[in-house]
Amino acid sequence: MIKVKNLHKQFGDLKVLNGINEHIEAGEVVVVIGPSGSGKSTFLRCLNLLEDVTEGEIYVDDEMINAPSVNVNLIRQKMGMVFQHFNLFPHLSIMDNITLAPVLLKKMTKEEAVKKGQELLTTVGLLDKADAYPAQLSGGQKQRVAIARALAMNPEIMLFDEPTSALDPEMVGEVLDVMKDLAKSGMTMVIVTHEMGFAREVASRVLFMDQGQILESGTPDEVFNHPKNERTQSFLSKVL
Amino acid sequence: MEWFQTWSADFCDTFTRCFIKDNRYMLLLDGIGVTIRVSLVAVLIGIAIGLLIALCNLSSNKLLKVIGGIYTDVIRGTPSVTQLMIIYFVIFASVNLSKWIIAAIAFGINSGAYVSEIIRAGILSVDKGQTEAGRSLGLSASQTMTRIVIPQAVKNIFPALCNEFIVLIKETAIVGYVGLMDIQKAGDFIKSATFEAFMPLIGTAIIYYVLIKILTLVLSRIESRLRASEVR
Repeated sequence: MIKVKNLHKQFGDLKVLNGINEHIEAGEVVVVIGPSGSGKSTFLRCLNLLEDVTEGEIYVDDEMINAPSVNVNLIRQKMGMVFQHFNLFPHLSIMDNITLAPVLLKKMTKEEAVKKGQELLTTVGLLDKADAYPAQLSGGQKQRVAIARALAMNPEIMLFDEPTSALDPEMVGEVLDVMKDLAKSGMTMVIVTHEMGFAREVASRVLFMDQGQILESGTPDEVFNHPKNERTQSFLSKVL
Repeated sequence: MEWFQTWSADFCDTFTRCFIKDNRYMLLLDGIGVTIRVSLVAVLIGIAIGLLIALCNLSSNKLLKVIGGIYTDVIRGTPSVTQLMIIYFVIFASVNLSKWIIAAIAFGINSGAYVSEIIRAGILSVDKGQTEAGRSLGLSASQTMTRIVIPQAVKNIFPALCNEFIVLIKETAIVGYVGLMDIQKAGDFIKSATFEAFMPLIGTAIIYYVLIKILTLVLSRIESRLRASEVR
């Protein structure tokens, strides 16, 4: 579903990604772990072209998405993104946050979008907040809405960029629960996180990144219990 | 109390000569009309140009950036009287338009440069994550700008824009240079006709002050309404 070939990303002189090759299949839940500054978030942001790629190729459904002729907006409609800082639209109600994109991009009529919004809010347990504004919600609630907002576009892939890092500890669970349900439903997911327990439980595959490269890839059991790479071992010994 | 009687008689006499005799108050009333018309149209032109230039300055297109940069640079680097006179006597010299419309265009062009900086700052004050969230949903750059960024920027921009409007009204006091009879010019005219300086000039000042006071009250009411929608 997603193929990444020899991906490089440079910010000025700083090399953040140094040749990433990766193949993500439909239905996989890939969790990316690694020390901060290892390029995990940049890798994720390259996948939906929030960062432009310095070198290399990214294919989604066999279409090269970083080719100049590609309509970026159509590609992004296939990929939902959830951010560390939620990025809900503060001037819109929760329901309008969810329905804005599908209606504006003519994927649904207003009625269909509202109906879809109600379904999604029910799954994330926030239907009663439909008319509230983002400022009235807690962090965990905001992130659940952000997930619902991304799902409203019926994406094929969901990308999560440290979705729980900005949350108070007692709110992490509610967001992870929503993500677990989503993983069970068969959604293809790529998740950058520091929640190792979550990675162990939900991931179908774990990637360990350091210094802009993927150093280790395998099932949670392989990566967490029998890491082969020295740097993976030292990283895990610090965080586990 | 004698001095008071003489003084008040004097005052009434001067007042009558300055404002009542020969219907001179009409000059000031017409002047108010001119000032308001010029300022109002100029502020609209200014916002339109300002938005355009701000988007030029923020765009990634080099040519647009250069155009926006030159515009702001030239307007800010020259006095508004000079700009007004160039636009009136050079650019619109052979165009048959009402004086006040040409003046409004000149002030609009001037104000646009300042408004563009206000709008640019307002747009930049919206968190970058908002743009990213919009784009990640598949919205185009312009959809993200109009539906997500600008609605949020408006609240930040509004107070500075009000200030610019007030500055603009006072700035129009130079339209006498191109022969328009606004409040300032009317006061000046009365001064020459009556050889009185105090009464017409203080009168002029009071009229400007009251106009701007009313405007400030209206604008701050609008602003508090904008803020109210924020808390909810």
